[in-house]
Amino acid sequence: MRTSTAIFLAILTVGVAAPFGGLYPLFLTKCLAFALFACSFNFFTGNVGLLSIGHAAFFGLGAYVAGHALKVWGITPELALGLAVLVGASLGFVMGGMAIRRQGIYFAMVTLALAQMVYFFCLQAPFTGAEDGLQRIPRGRLFGLLLLDNDLVMYGFVLVSVAGAIWGLQRLMEAPFGQVMLAIRDNEPRAMSLGYDCRSYKLMAFVISASVAAFAGGLKAQTLGLASLPDAHWTQSGNVILMCLLGGLGTAVGPIVGATFIVALEGYLADFGLINIMGLTIDLSTKIPIVIGAIFMLCVLMFRKGIVGEIIDRTKQYLRNAQAPVAAKQVDTLLQK
Amino acid sequence: MFDIPLQVLLGQITIGLVNGCFYAMLSLGLAIIFGLLNVINFAHGALYMLGAFGGYLLLQVFGVDYWWSLVIAPIGVGLIGAAIERLFLRRLAGVDHLYSLLFTFGLAIFLEGIFRDIYGAAGRPYPVPAALRGVVDIGFMRLPVYRIWIVVASLAMCGGIWLLIEKTKLGSYLRAGTENPRLVQALGINVPVMITMTYALGAALAAFAGVLAAPLYQVQPAMGSNLLIVTFAVVVIGGLGSLSGAILSGLTLGVLEGLSKVIYPEVSSTVVFIAMAAILLIRPAGLMGREA
Repeated sequence: MRTSTAIFLAILTVGVAAPFGGLYPLFLTKCLAFALFACSFNFFTGNVGLLSIGHAAFFGLGAYVAGHALKVWGITPELALGLAVLVGASLGFVMGGMAIRRQGIYFAMVTLALAQMVYFFCLQAPFTGAEDGLQRIPRGRLFGLLLLDNDLVMYGFVLVSVAGAIWGLQRLMEAPFGQVMLAIRDNEPRAMSLGYDCRSYKLMAFVISASVAAFAGGLKAQTLGLASLPDAHWTQSGNVILMCLLGGLGTAVGPIVGATFIVALEGYLADFGLINIMGLTIDLSTKIPIVIGAIFMLCVLMFRKGIVGEIIDRTKQYLRNAQAPVAAKQVDTLLQK
Repeated sequence: MFDIPLQVLLGQITIGLVNGCFYAMLSLGLAIIFGLLNVINFAHGALYMLGAFGGYLLLQVFGVDYWWSLVIAPIGVGLIGAAIERLFLRRLAGVDHLYSLLFTFGLAIFLEGIFRDIYGAAGRPYPVPAALRGVVDIGFMRLPVYRIWIVVASLAMCGGIWLLIEKTKLGSYLRAGTENPRLVQALGINVPVMITMTYALGAALAAFAGVLAAPLYQVQPAMGSNLLIVTFAVVVIGGLGSLSGAILSGLTLGVLEGLSKVIYPEVSSTVVFIAMAAILLIRPAGLMGREA
């Protein structure tokens, strides 16, 4: 079985089982949307090796476009989300086209600067509602038939579409296209000398990544009924980097694990409110950025492979010690591709 | 654009020049740090914010005046910078440089989060020191003294650092360390200490800019990241290869921003980004043309 098929089935199985475990569908839906966002980021940065600090632009714009289409134009969700993907792809083409002209840290700075431009656009454009954002976005009727107002129905729709999108990204990595991307990451001059047009491959990967990020943003806006400035802010780009780093950058399931962890943590901190430690009352809900920043630094300092990366390493180490090199290789192909 | 009064035009150009001074100081600090550490310091904005808050707190809590703050806050932030380099960045020297970048990124979120939590997102005013209040008439226009002071002080600071690095013995070690740290170490110069000092110098410069900015803009947690992102665009245009390039492109883009406020105000907040995009299309390697 291909890794992509395995992941697809695993997401569906866990996704179907999760509501029975007492988890709220709305929370799970949010986890899925951010997991897809993290996967889109990982698809580019993890596989091409260039750090993008501008992915919030696609996520945020996707949220605004889908939100506006659902709320003001009142079109069906699949069209609204399709439109978000289209806008995300076009923005990705423009931003990527400029950014891939530079390498390394300059690439990171260019993506951040261009994303800030998109942020200013979101702040000033007439359809984004400025500081208030778009609120009370209706979820609409899927294909004009199925009303998505029920949280569980909405969850089912998001589960299937996110699992499908993640399958698509992973399947691309298994295709020759993905292998060429890895070749470019590992040795660009060599890939070029083999006749691959590295720049178009990078651009194509960036556009795909951007459209999926916009799709994730659209799903988030539709589910929570809100598209606002924090979606497009640079800290959101930081969030998605952290999700991938924590889960394991470049691994197939790492971003999903990392995203779930971060969304759960944010939800936990926000819900917990006030706590009392030794007579000191601390409001946890305002401490989210501090916690995020601290985890970020800890991850970079001592946990660079992330949760899934560490598990893969430990498993391989164990199998190697157990004299099972074939099995170690299978773990490699199954998880790290 | 031809019916704009000269006074308005000149007024906006001076405001742009003041902004440009901040871009110049920050990108100079980024360039110095990048030269020796190969790190793009994402926490640079947070250090600038720390300097501004340092000045604000020195005044509010200890009653220290502006002039002493201008000395104490940079030294304090410089020490914090030295600690950051010693304790954290040094551990990341052996791995991919992107991890150092990500570390400073996390640090920036962390520091901004702390100050937002304690002081809220709203700006806090810092009074202009008595000696620098008022306006001067320079014949064809009237200028607030404080703006003149910013331009003078920051140009003097940038010039001083430029001289330090380009013309002194210490600076020659620094430049040699940028070219080939291992060889410099072999010649008996303590490169690890030099790296710590360099990061501290960059941090102190950012804090100096922060104290200068405190009376002009309000002191608020997000002031650093907002300025830093524009500075990144400046750095992409000017490159990190030369110090004078960093200073010059900072000033030029500040003036360009000021001009755009007169000619087409809608783009004034994004004109630096637009300039960056244009440069990337026309001259992908940047104006100074040295790829890192």
